[in-house]
Amino acid sequence: MKASQCCSVPSWAKERISTPAGEVLQVSSEWSWQDRWEHFRARTSEFRMKYRVQRGVYAIGDPGEDSPVLVSANYKLSFDVLRRALAGLDCWILVLDTRAINVWCAAGKGTFGTGQLVGRIQQFHLNELVRHRKLVLPQLGAPGVSAKEIQEKTGFRVYFGPVRAKDLPQYLRDGCKASPGMRAVTFTMAERLVLTPMEFLPAIRKFPLWGIPAIALLGIQEFSPFSFSAANSFAAGILALLTVIAGSVLTPAFLPWIPFRSFALKGWIMGIVTLLLAQAVGLMPSDLFFRMFAIASFPLASSYIALQFTGSTPFTHFSGVKRELKLALPVYAAGALLSVTALLGVRLFSGGP
Amino acid sequence: MKFRYLRNVSLQYLPEKCNGCQRCVEVCPREVFAFENKRAVLHDREACMECGACMKNCEAGALSVSAGVGCAAAIINGMIRGGEPSCGCDKSGCC
Repeated sequence: MKASQCCSVPSWAKERISTPAGEVLQVSSEWSWQDRWEHFRARTSEFRMKYRVQRGVYAIGDPGEDSPVLVSANYKLSFDVLRRALAGLDCWILVLDTRAINVWCAAGKGTFGTGQLVGRIQQFHLNELVRHRKLVLPQLGAPGVSAKEIQEKTGFRVYFGPVRAKDLPQYLRDGCKASPGMRAVTFTMAERLVLTPMEFLPAIRKFPLWGIPAIALLGIQEFSPFSFSAANSFAAGILALLTVIAGSVLTPAFLPWIPFRSFALKGWIMGIVTLLLAQAVGLMPSDLFFRMFAIASFPLASSYIALQFTGSTPFTHFSGVKRELKLALPVYAAGALLSVTALLGVRLFSGGP
Repeated sequence: MKFRYLRNVSLQYLPEKCNGCQRCVEVCPREVFAFENKRAVLHDREACMECGACMKNCEAGALSVSAGVGCAAAIINGMIRGGEPSCGCDKSGCC
C-alpha cells in the first residue's frame, strides 16, 4: 500500500535527475489543485506550521553548470511562489531548512542565515553543480545573511535579488540588476486582505476569554431582584464579534486611510467607527450604561487586536511596537478593570433602595 | 504609496566610514538609502523598519541599528516568558 519513501516523488515534482552533485528533484512550475488547496489551508490555519519541503537542491527546467542558483526557504508556499515565477527558465534552487517559516521571518530569526547557507553550500556540493560562483538570494533574506562572510567562507558571491519572486525573470535577464521598484516592499489591499484570516481566526479563538464574560455581564439588568435581558446579552455578543472584525479585518483593510501611525490608535478608531455604525443600524440597545460600557471597553479590544497586525506588516519596527505596547497595555488593563467595576457597581445599586 | 510608522528609529549611520559598496542600497526593502558622490546617504531614514539587513551587510561597519521584529505578538511573548521577543512556539520545539 505505502509507496516507498525513497522512490516516490512529490506531486509537484517531475522526476529525479542526476547531476555532478548527485540526484536532484526536477520540479514543475505549475500549481496543481492540491497545491492551491494547501495554500488556502496555509493561509487559514496552523497547517502553515508544518507546510514544508525538504532542504536540498531542486531543478527547474533543464539547468546546467552555467545556470543560476536561487536560494529559498523551505516554507512550501514560498517555494511554490518561487517555482511558479521561474516557469520557462532553467535554474537551480537551493532550499534551506527554515522550519516551514518564510524567508523574511526566518532571516529575522537567523535560520535563513549565514551559518546555514555556508553549511548547505558545502553539504550539497554547489561548487560541483555549477561552474560560476554566484548565488541569488531573496532580498528579504538579507537580515540573516552576510554576503561578505558567504564569499569569504565559500567563494560564492551573493546577489540579493528582487523582493518579489515574480520579478526574478526580469532580474536574471538583466544580469542580476534590479530595476526601480523591485527593491521596495509593497503592502497593497490584496496583500493585506490575504493575511486577515490569520488575524481573525486566532482572535476569535481567544473570544471566550473576554467575549463570553462581556455577554454575560451586559445581559444583567439588576442584581436585586436579579433580572437579565437576553436581548442586551445578544446585542453584546454581536458587538463583540464586530469588535473582533474591526481589529482583525477592517483595520488591516483600511490601514493607509485610518488616521494616526500608531496601530493601537488605528484599531481603537475602527472600534469606535464600528460601534457608531452598529448604533446607526439599530444594533445598539438603548440602555445608557450598556452604551457607556460598550464605548469604553470594546474599542480597547479592537485596538489590542489591531496591534497584533504589526507583525504581519512590512513597515513596523521593533522600537515603535515596543513603545506602543508600553503605553497601550496599561491602558487596556485599566480600561477593562474600570469599565467592569463601574458597570457592576451601577447594576448592583440601581435595584437597591 | 509608502506606509509610515512611528518616528524615532534606532538606525545610525556614520558616513565617514562608508566605502561605497552599495550593499545597503541593495538590501534595504524600504528605500532608506540612496547613493550620491560615491557614498551612501540617508534618503528616507524615517522609513526604516529596523530589520538589520543593512547593518548585517555593511562591509565598512558604518551602519548600526537595534534590529528586531516589529511584531506585538512576539514582543508580548518575550515579556511573558521573560526572554527575547519570539514569534510563537520555537521554545516548545514545534516549529
